[in-house]
Amino acid sequence: MAARTEERVESQAPPSRGLLGTRGSRERPAGGFEMWAWLFMRISGIVLLFLAVGHVLIMHVVDEGIDRVDFGFVAVRWSDPLWLTWDWAMLTLALVHGINGLRVVVQDYVRPAGARFAVNMFFYTLGFILFVLGTVVVFTFDPSRWPGAA
Amino acid sequence: MNGGTHVAKRKSDVGTLYKGSPGQWSWIAHRITGVAVVLFLFVHIVDTAIIGWGPEAYDRVESVYQNWFVRLLELGLVAAVLYHALNGLKIMLFDFWPKTTRYMKQLSLLSTGIFLAAMIPITWIIGKATLELVGWL
Repeated sequence: MAARTEERVESQAPPSRGLLGTRGSRERPAGGFEMWAWLFMRISGIVLLFLAVGHVLIMHVVDEGIDRVDFGFVAVRWSDPLWLTWDWAMLTLALVHGINGLRVVVQDYVRPAGARFAVNMFFYTLGFILFVLGTVVVFTFDPSRWPGAA
Repeated sequence: MNGGTHVAKRKSDVGTLYKGSPGQWSWIAHRITGVAVVLFLFVHIVDTAIIGWGPEAYDRVESVYQNWFVRLLELGLVAAVLYHALNGLKIMLFDFWPKTTRYMKQLSLLSTGIFLAAMIPITWIIGKATLELVGWL
């Protein structure tokens, strides 16, 4: 910690007015919800490093990329529990990671308490609906309803 | 921050002038790529869910990629995910091993270098597919 404290000064100055309100790196919160949120972002970040980067490279870069992705491709993929688990874990972690990220961004740019609450509630609700939608689709998808398509 | 936690600031953050240190640029890029990716995620969950309505519906949704501009957005998406991931790794390095902040500049250059190096073949691949799509290749 020594290296870090040396180059930082405690300041009572108002928030920086730099580009996008730049204020340097996010300090680790001392405790409570913010600390767990801080820790979650890092742990989910490591997992998403594999899940999301892997997903993007598989679907968009290697082996013809998106050109080979169609109903049949997904049907074959989702017949494998590995990809089902991968996609559902990615759905869950990416949503929570992304919406917590938005919460942090909203904290910086939406100042009035009422507006901040409304914007946050909008994202939480949207996130919950999308989580339910994604979960239902991943686990109820049955390509045999469309014989011959896969 | 509503009470409780105190955000320490670097000297360069105090005042009104943007000093342009590498850490601040990556902070901005991390934020922009993060917001871009989560907004895409919202749309992407819905477009994937269309698969529950069968091959005709899903393949029609997938056909949006048969458009050169969407292909450029696709390239941007891959770049955003990759940048956010590599920069996030750098942030974690600084957070969990604070001594590495001594090499902040070098590590920033390294992660940016890895990102740019990876983007060369990726741009080639998606760019080639895009040019083939519009018939220039």
